[in-house]
Amino acid sequence: MKRYLVILFLLLLPIKAMAITGEEVIKKSQAAFLYPGKDCKARVVMKLISKEGKERIRELAMLRKNFGEIGGEQKYFIYFFQPADVRNMTFMVYKYPSKNSDRWLYLPALDMIRQIAASDARSSFVGSDFSYEDVSGRNIAADTHTLLREEKLGDKNSYVVESVPKEPIDYIKKISWIDQATFLPLKEEYYDVQNDLVRVFAAEKIEEISGMEGQEQKKIPTIIRRTMKNLKTGHRTDVTYTSVFYNVGLKNDIFAERYLRNPPDEWIK
Amino acid sequence: MKGFFSGTIVIFVIFLLTLIGNTGIVIAQVDESEFSREKTLEKVKAYLVELPVEFHGFFEARGGIRTQEDPHESKTATLGETRLQLHLFKSLDWVKFRIKSDFLYDGVEEGTDVDFREVNAVFTPFGFMELKVGRQILTWGTGDNIFINDLFPKDFTSFFIGREDEYMKAPSDAVKMSFYTQALNINVVYTPKFDSDRFIDGKRLSYFNPQLGRLAGEDAVIHPEKRDEWFDDSEVAYRLYRDIRGYNLCLYGYHGFWKNPVGFDPHVGKGFFPRLSAYGVSARGNVLQGIGTVEMAYYDSMEDQSGKDLFIPNSQLRFLTGYEQEAAKDFTVGVQYYLEQMIDYSAYRDNLPLGNQSADRCRHAFTLRLTKLLMYQSLRLSLFAMYSPSDQDAWVRPNVQYKITDYWSAETGANIFLGEKDYSFFGQFKNNTNVYAGVRWSF
Repeated sequence: MKRYLVILFLLLLPIKAMAITGEEVIKKSQAAFLYPGKDCKARVVMKLISKEGKERIRELAMLRKNFGEIGGEQKYFIYFFQPADVRNMTFMVYKYPSKNSDRWLYLPALDMIRQIAASDARSSFVGSDFSYEDVSGRNIAADTHTLLREEKLGDKNSYVVESVPKEPIDYIKKISWIDQATFLPLKEEYYDVQNDLVRVFAAEKIEEISGMEGQEQKKIPTIIRRTMKNLKTGHRTDVTYTSVFYNVGLKNDIFAERYLRNPPDEWIK
Repeated sequence: MKGFFSGTIVIFVIFLLTLIGNTGIVIAQVDESEFSREKTLEKVKAYLVELPVEFHGFFEARGGIRTQEDPHESKTATLGETRLQLHLFKSLDWVKFRIKSDFLYDGVEEGTDVDFREVNAVFTPFGFMELKVGRQILTWGTGDNIFINDLFPKDFTSFFIGREDEYMKAPSDAVKMSFYTQALNINVVYTPKFDSDRFIDGKRLSYFNPQLGRLAGEDAVIHPEKRDEWFDDSEVAYRLYRDIRGYNLCLYGYHGFWKNPVGFDPHVGKGFFPRLSAYGVSARGNVLQGIGTVEMAYYDSMEDQSGKDLFIPNSQLRFLTGYEQEAAKDFTVGVQYYLEQMIDYSAYRDNLPLGNQSADRCRHAFTLRLTKLLMYQSLRLSLFAMYSPSDQDAWVRPNVQYKITDYWSAETGANIFLGEKDYSFFGQFKNNTNVYAGVRWSF
């Protein structure tokens, strides 16, 4: 009889207590946002828009490949098409989950490869409102994640997670709204040291992109339009993926000095 | 030059043939159909749109002046030019063609000039091999404005008068062969006819002339003996490299000539480029929170191996180490230490005539580079400074670059040369201290 009472008691426990934790949500979100597919090939247009409406364009081809498990090492290869002064430049990143990334930039006019000192992952990526970390992901263990609540954002059920950096950086907390169905971030708010809302990320368009995984055709939900707005400066960056392909079969040797100097046409054009 | 032009012409012809090959088809189709002029035009237009030739470049105006009088140069202006650079690029399955050429009016030299910076073709005959043939810019090594194992031509005049950074490098007419394997990557660069640095010859910038024992300029322009025999005056440079545990390790070799006319032939009273071989190593990778580099080379002065010849430099050991770190958001600090040591110093001293100024056994220098990016990286403030405690001289290069839009940019800066002694490395240029500014429209 006692045994049945225990089972009955367990069944009556509020569902909340068995639900997912903040850290698990963020982990799943990084997997969906930054690690989908074994590899990825995308053409990206970034619009950097000043408060006065002045636009600068960055157009690039991005190749990404995962090495090891989700949350592990990744390599990125980027080729710039626009603007004219960076055209033909290539950029390579080896991202490690728990140490500084390695970054290399190739300057074709000088035939020079520069390894870039990258101790500050908060630096802006190509002058946009996105930091390197915003683009390639932040070490999950560097923050304390708390699931605040579950709520609807538009027509989507979402988890609301607060992430507080353990070491002081340029924001004191980030609140993320994560789609319960796809685990993609729908919205993020960054608060500065004065606890003012300073930056807002929004996923504006999500599409399902087909990608072969082995013999299986899979649909991968992908944010193809996103924006990051700085409320203090009025500057914002709109990012559009004009094309995305998953599991294209990128070889490991693409991510090497050889291709920095002589970009692989078949992958970037 | 003649040889280069024939090489250039060959590449141009191949380039044109690939274009004509395609137009030939268009013309043939036109011939078979109606001879309507409009249709032909339409087809040509359609063809041009289809034409996968990338066409880019920039137009630039740039000027610079000395901040003081120079008794050896008649002009105050160090720089005054308008420049059009055109890039043409075409990629086919089996080859990539690139032409990059500058057309300029030079107000200081009062003339026009065409400077082909790149005219080359890149082939990949095998998966593990690449060939780059023609005029090209070549760079390797780890230094920031200091080159040890990189013995490809540089243009110090351009650099010291404030042309854009890309002009620090002068082109080579060469064949670059690259081999890529799991164990090792190899680059071999063969330059059939020696390409010297575009050295400071007195025409635009004054310098210390050791034969005259004083500063000189237009009154003593250097016209060295030519090294222009095809294949006899050839250069070979090679590099073997691989990454081990995130560190990039390189071995280097070079067989050719000193890149500046550092030799002097007393019989003809002319400078010349003595033979030089160099062997070196470098390593680059993460150190602490930044990037650390170390590079060294042994310069074997082939025509003065005993070190006794006064008119040819001694063999040298060159050493460079550097560290760069992002100190704050969008703010980078880099430091370097450089050492140049004469190998046969006692032989040099013993043979030095009385009364001649003796060089130090070691020349060493520190460099500092600060770079700050502002306004969403559209404004770049940078400072490069090099100070030599042994020569007691310095070179300071502040620079501000502003990208007004994606097309327009403006730049201003200065080259400041300091030093008490006329004969020291930077001290000799002190009358050339200059400020410069430029505007560029890129397309």
